[in-house]
Amino acid sequence: MTRRQRARAIRAVQYFVLLAAVGALVALADWGRIGDAFFDVDVIRELFPEIITVALKNTVLYTMCAFGFGLLLGLVIALMRLSPVVAYRALATVYIEFFRGVPALLVLIGFGYGIPIALNTEMPGGILGTITVALGLVAAAYMAETFRAGIQAVPKGQMEAARSLGMSHARAMMSIIIPQAFRIILPPLTNELILLTKDSSLVYLLGVTLPTRELAKFGRDSLNQYVSMTPILIAGLAYLIITVPLGYAVRRLEAQQAKAR
Amino acid sequence: MIEIRDLHKSFGRLEVLKGIDLRVTQGEVVCVIGPSGSGKSTLLRCINLLEVPSSGHVVIGDVEVTDPDVDIDAIRRRIGMVFQQFNLFPHLTVTENVTIGQRRVLRRDKAEAKRVAVANLERVGLSDKAAAYPAQLSGGQQQRAAIARALAMGPELMLFDEPTSSLDPEIVGEVLAVMRGLAQDGMTMIVVTHEMSFAREVADRVVFIDDGVILEEGVAEQVIGSPTHERTRRFLTRVLHPAAAELTDLP
Repeated sequence: MTRRQRARAIRAVQYFVLLAAVGALVALADWGRIGDAFFDVDVIRELFPEIITVALKNTVLYTMCAFGFGLLLGLVIALMRLSPVVAYRALATVYIEFFRGVPALLVLIGFGYGIPIALNTEMPGGILGTITVALGLVAAAYMAETFRAGIQAVPKGQMEAARSLGMSHARAMMSIIIPQAFRIILPPLTNELILLTKDSSLVYLLGVTLPTRELAKFGRDSLNQYVSMTPILIAGLAYLIITVPLGYAVRRLEAQQAKAR
Repeated sequence: MIEIRDLHKSFGRLEVLKGIDLRVTQGEVVCVIGPSGSGKSTLLRCINLLEVPSSGHVVIGDVEVTDPDVDIDAIRRRIGMVFQQFNLFPHLTVTENVTIGQRRVLRRDKAEAKRVAVANLERVGLSDKAAAYPAQLSGGQQQRAAIARALAMGPELMLFDEPTSSLDPEIVGEVLAVMRGLAQDGMTMIVVTHEMSFAREVADRVVFIDDGVILEEGVAEQVIGSPTHERTRRFLTRVLHPAAAELTDLP
């Protein structure tokens, strides 16, 4: 056998094993029961339109608010981390280490129950305010490190060229460095957004009401209500409706920007 | 218009500039030559404070650049700088590269900045690349765009830091042609370069720097044509006849 023939033979065996495994699963599964449990058309009909108008809407809302807050705060923390002022650097480092190391779940409970007890007041903005701040603070810690890496990846000559035109350090950062850093970190930032989409399901810890339920809580409530796995499957698909197009959009954006690098 | 007095610069324990004195008058073209590591680029970067001098004075017009209370951004507006690596802003088109300084620093309105950009891109022969991104240009085109970017600020003085050193040999000419045009228009220029023919033809004065001091200076014919110092002669031989170098000649 030549090298090419051997490579082809090995590939054929791999395909065969894969197909055999899938085939065995399909043959062994009890499709009738799976259909009843996961794909009950009557239950699916019951889920609409609330799964879109309430659950999906809330998931997107919680995610976008937390992401927006985290993005701004993350940028500030990143700039502090890169600051020549020692106190700022230290503060940023402590912040990042804390919020990156503590589970989002604990932070959320802290804000949902700790702040009202400590300050004797509700978090402003209710459920939305609490999840925006709590998940935003956690996301900011990750995004700060991402931003820092992105800013440091912009060549030193860019800052020198901007300063040579008479731009102040802050102006050069805003007009020249950060826009370039942003392009560099677009893929990890997308990851953060997708992680946050899923983390928004933690909101159930705050005790949500009917109109503030998001996808995961909605799916679990419906699971109990209809005694069917179908809502879980549909809720899962609804997450993909958010994340898959998002990934596609970012890939398009990256391709578009490829010429301007 | 520029006066440099007893300029010293150290990086840690390494002293790169060991007391430079240099005066450049309005409209003069000064070429700075010398071996790599001699401090040429550092001298240039000390003039617009990209490097902060360890001691000494730099005075431009009536402003002391080395005064710690000086508004450095205001001074840099008056000094154009062209880099070896171009340093164009890759996320902006050629036109945007030329307008961003005018808009953000000089606060010119959009139409005025555009008008100045068009004029300067024409001056460097890049009118047809106005909408392109830097990555779509050749090295020579990028460097000409970088020159247009600096010129658009209306500088009184242009600093060139080895502007042709990262270009392919057949492209060097187009950048030098633009610089020659600038010199003819009366721009005050300080050019760090290895292009001896350019220095010979365009420079009013050539300064040879070696090991952080000015070893020799004068008109081009004298410094390049008949240098008095042995080290200048050795440097020129290496630059003008690189193929003839013997391993024993190397520093």
